[in-house]
Amino acid sequence: MTNTAIASSATARRGAPSRVISLLIICVLLAVLLVFFILPVVWLLLAPSKTADQMVHDSPLSFGSFGQIAAAWKHLFSFQNDALLGWLRNSAVYSGGSLILTLLTSVPAGYGLALTKFRGRKALLAITLVTMIMPSATLVLPVFLELNQFHLIGTVWSVILPFSFYPFGVYLVYIYFATSLPKEILQAARIDGASQWQIFTRIALPLAKPVVGLVAFFSFVGNWNNFFLPYLVLPNSDQFPVQVGLNQLLTSTPSFNPVAGAGLNITIPELALAIIVAILPVLVLFLFSQRTLVSGMLAGATKE
Amino acid sequence: MTVLDTRHTTVSPSRRGLTPRRGGGGGAAGYLFVAGYTILLLAFGVFPTGYSFYLALTNDQGQFTGLNQFVKVIQDYRFVPAFTNILVYLVMWLVLLVVLTVLVAVVLRSRMRPGLSALFRFLYYIPGALAGVASVLVWLFMLDPDVSPASWLLNSLGFHSFAAVLAPGNLPVIFVLIAFWTGAGGWMVVMYGALNNIPDEVLEAAKMDGAGPWKTAWHIQIPMIRQWIAYMTILAFAAGTQLFVEPQLLQTASLGRVSPTWSPNQLAYVFAFQQGDFNGAAAISVFLLALGLICAGLLVTRSNLFTLDEK
Repeated sequence: MTNTAIASSATARRGAPSRVISLLIICVLLAVLLVFFILPVVWLLLAPSKTADQMVHDSPLSFGSFGQIAAAWKHLFSFQNDALLGWLRNSAVYSGGSLILTLLTSVPAGYGLALTKFRGRKALLAITLVTMIMPSATLVLPVFLELNQFHLIGTVWSVILPFSFYPFGVYLVYIYFATSLPKEILQAARIDGASQWQIFTRIALPLAKPVVGLVAFFSFVGNWNNFFLPYLVLPNSDQFPVQVGLNQLLTSTPSFNPVAGAGLNITIPELALAIIVAILPVLVLFLFSQRTLVSGMLAGATKE
Repeated sequence: MTVLDTRHTTVSPSRRGLTPRRGGGGGAAGYLFVAGYTILLLAFGVFPTGYSFYLALTNDQGQFTGLNQFVKVIQDYRFVPAFTNILVYLVMWLVLLVVLTVLVAVVLRSRMRPGLSALFRFLYYIPGALAGVASVLVWLFMLDPDVSPASWLLNSLGFHSFAAVLAPGNLPVIFVLIAFWTGAGGWMVVMYGALNNIPDEVLEAAKMDGAGPWKTAWHIQIPMIRQWIAYMTILAFAAGTQLFVEPQLLQTASLGRVSPTWSPNQLAYVFAFQQGDFNGAAAISVFLLALGLICAGLLVTRSNLFTLDEK
């Protein structure tokens, strides 16, 4: 791809034909990528409106009927007595609970690292940075082995507590306070005799809204979509978050598992509907927060 | 709309202001602020890491066995294939990611009206919401010739059944497709933001000197965002070594046609859950931990991207 690009750049100024070719390559590339990124999403949104039979025989991008969506909905929610509802509730508890704990720990920690002085501060910052860059999956198996040693497997806390550990959030808050809090305000507060705690709660926190939103977004989205840790530490189906539940639905679909799935009403339309329901909270957040997401991806790093 | 603008206003303004301003309050207050987080860090960062090393260096009786666990897992017949699989996947994934993300970002930045470019970036990045299990399930359907909207393409490539698509040689390609679908859009937006940060005067000067858009991209824009390309490559590499959900679900969906130990993380999982060999599982985790630590160390020490402290 790049070779073509360079080749066409060499001739770009010589005449119209090469410019046309270069433009054509760009258009084809963008169009192919557009289809690649969007077609699966469109297919997914249309799938629940059809029967399993229609899925195979009708055009893949046709719309079935609203009645069929209702039928798929009924099949899906009657699977194992409202199992899906329970999974969604679990996901909300795990992601919500760890979101609260993450905010309660990472916001003061980021503030403390940025604006107070104590022994071991630099070491804490360095460890935070390294754990933040390491992929979170690296620690999943070690955390499982640890929880297993302490007989915490299968408890709500075996998911919420590891989810709450969020070094990236601490780093975001640290950078924010280290750079964006006007020095003069802090000095004035100190002269007025405010304690560290008062400065934090009355001055720093109200100013930190943007970064708290950022941390909350990343924490929630990451934990909602997490599969690996709950898959390891939660043995019972009624404790699954929805991501692990989807895996169970998959094994109950006749198209992928003719033996175990036989006689169940979970076919491809039901599975597609389950995917949509499972990602809906994240999708809604995504639609309204492209800027947030990207600023966070860049915020891990400062370039100047 | 520019990404870096947001970053500047909300998270990390310029380096000028990067000097942390500490209060005179001394130690006690600082400790209280970081106490909660430090407990979590010790419990779910430091301790599990240390515990994995401990398990990897002992046997199930708790006796010190030196490097025996490492030797045992390396000699396991599934070890080399798992790491080879992941290596093949990583090479394909990183090449595709770097080439296409940078190319698309350049095109979106220099050859398109801003409004249209924003629409493209938005559409490319939407699948990111389906990261994880959802993306794998969607691609199971995309790759099943019976229901796929691209079944004509699959058929013309000679794949007439789902089983044929799942042939072992195709798996790295499948995982690259999934990774690209969920991850590339976000990175394109990041690269676009980095390109946007290049001052207009620089590009104007290049134009005055007679450089066409491709020449400008190759000699000016891409070198100026080199650091971001390295950042993306290292993060994508580190995350790629951890592949678990994708092969695990594919294994489930293929009724066992796909190996249950395709990736190193899956092998560690089988050691722990099917063989009950926690020491062996820990030894594999230590290999993966080491890879993650090396990547993180490289980024922290070799790039200027992270602000550890005032210099």
